[in-house]
Amino acid sequence: MAVFGTIEWVTAFMEAINASKAYEDAAKTWEGDFYFITEVGGAVKEQGYQYVDLWHGKCRKVDVVTEATKDKYKPEFVLQASIATWRKVAEKKVDPIQAIVTRQLKLTGNMGKVMRAVKAAQELVNCVTQVKTEYPE
Amino acid sequence: MQFFGVPFTVFGDESLQYLNTILGKRAFIVTDKNITKLGLADLVITELKKANIECKIFDGVEPDPSIETVVKAAGIAKDFKPDWVIGLGGGSSMDTAKSALVCYVAGIGPLDMSPSEFYNLRSKAKLMCIPTTSGTGSEATWAIVLTDVAGQRKVSLGSYETMPDVAILDPLMVMSMPPQITGDTGIDALCHAIEGYTATWRTKFTDGPGLAAIRLVFQNLKKAYDNGKDEDARKEMMYAAHQAGSCFSNGMPGLGHSTGHALGGIFHTPHGRAVGLFLPYTMEYLINGSEEAVGLFAEIARFCKIGAGDDKKCALALVDAVRKLAKSVGQPLSVKETGIKREDYMKSMPDLLDRSVNEMMTSTVTRVPESEDLEKMFTYAYDGKSVDF
Ligand SMILES: [Fe+2]
Repeated sequence: MAVFGTIEWVTAFMEAINASKAYEDAAKTWEGDFYFITEVGGAVKEQGYQYVDLWHGKCRKVDVVTEATKDKYKPEFVLQASIATWRKVAEKKVDPIQAIVTRQLKLTGNMGKVMRAVKAAQELVNCVTQVKTEYPE
Repeated sequence: MQFFGVPFTVFGDESLQYLNTILGKRAFIVTDKNITKLGLADLVITELKKANIECKIFDGVEPDPSIETVVKAAGIAKDFKPDWVIGLGGGSSMDTAKSALVCYVAGIGPLDMSPSEFYNLRSKAKLMCIPTTSGTGSEATWAIVLTDVAGQRKVSLGSYETMPDVAILDPLMVMSMPPQITGDTGIDALCHAIEGYTATWRTKFTDGPGLAAIRLVFQNLKKAYDNGKDEDARKEMMYAAHQAGSCFSNGMPGLGHSTGHALGGIFHTPHGRAVGLFLPYTMEYLINGSEEAVGLFAEIARFCKIGAGDDKKCALALVDAVRKLAKSVGQPLSVKETGIKREDYMKSMPDLLDRSVNEMMTSTVTRVPESEDLEKMFTYAYDGKSVDF
């Protein structure tokens, strides 16, 4: 069990991605890194940045940085949400695309590129569901 | 949290006169050469002039508008600084107008538009759409479909901010549509309403417009196709397309659109014809594996007085009625009938699959197919074979 937003969690996420054949197939041409940002609110006292670098069907690096060290990476895409929304997405209670269009999940980056990789994005969510997650209360 | 967005809608005879009541300084009209040639743009300008609004026309929109066309239109808008952007035409012109507005106000490229970003578009201009076809319903949706010409694919974009402020449905604008376009676009409207009504994003707010639109299409499309001068049928089809637009814009389209987009991106089959062609096959696929879809199709059938008996019988009767209507308005019922050669089609299968699997609409249905099922569906649709899996 790993706490969402920690290096343990994002490492477990990387392992889940790299074990997924479905993700590998769907994302074989994907090149692009992300910040998954958790906004301040509830038990989250400081904005958290999970860095995930995805390349040709694999995850090649993960990291966790803070507000002070966020300039360490300049990812191509940023997805930002409250901890409650991340949880709903991870537990498949809300469709991530629907969360994006209703602005519960904010996406920055080339939309055209994301829209060509919908299947990969869905498989990524399936990988998240593989990680046994504890949410900060 | 869920949303339901609609524009302020002006409809019926002489609706264009609404234009002389609006406030503004400059209107940027986005349209195509055919519309200017038919004199429809002049009708719009005449009314806007009465409101002392200066007009500028961009009539360079092509069918399946490209990213480049949007960039060009946005560039003109940037110099002209309109406070109204007006999409006048079919889906292509309306979608170009929506994207040009975003690029003009936000200073970004069309592909950088994010549905979760707030661009405060109304700080510079409002958006109006005036359809000249009855099908895309783009005047009632926030959706934008552009074509990545080099990549041979359609790109779906948009955000709730690209929902038009005003839609004007003046029957005068659709009276000159030739039968082929009447058929193609009318079937698109049917597809929007059936898919929106049964999508996983459907809500209590999409039910009403969905059902109303489907019934109107069944009652009026053939009449409008057979006799373009039938004003009542034209009018009702215009309303049907609009309501179908608000149904699928808020409820999402489905598999007919994801497979149809894939076909259109590669073989340039007109949008309505492509999505309508796949609609009955995808409905059969849903019926074969989703009780929920069976129930929803049965609701539609009963509302439209199609078929009888249990849910399954009604659902299948609806599929049959869709095929009959499509055939009666000049639509191909199989890919073969569109003239696409079998060898070209089969050679393109990996691309068809890659595109359809990566369409958001593939996952907003009650039975989500994997690649294998999509491939079978594409193959069955080529020969016109009913989906039995
Ligand atoms: Fe459509």
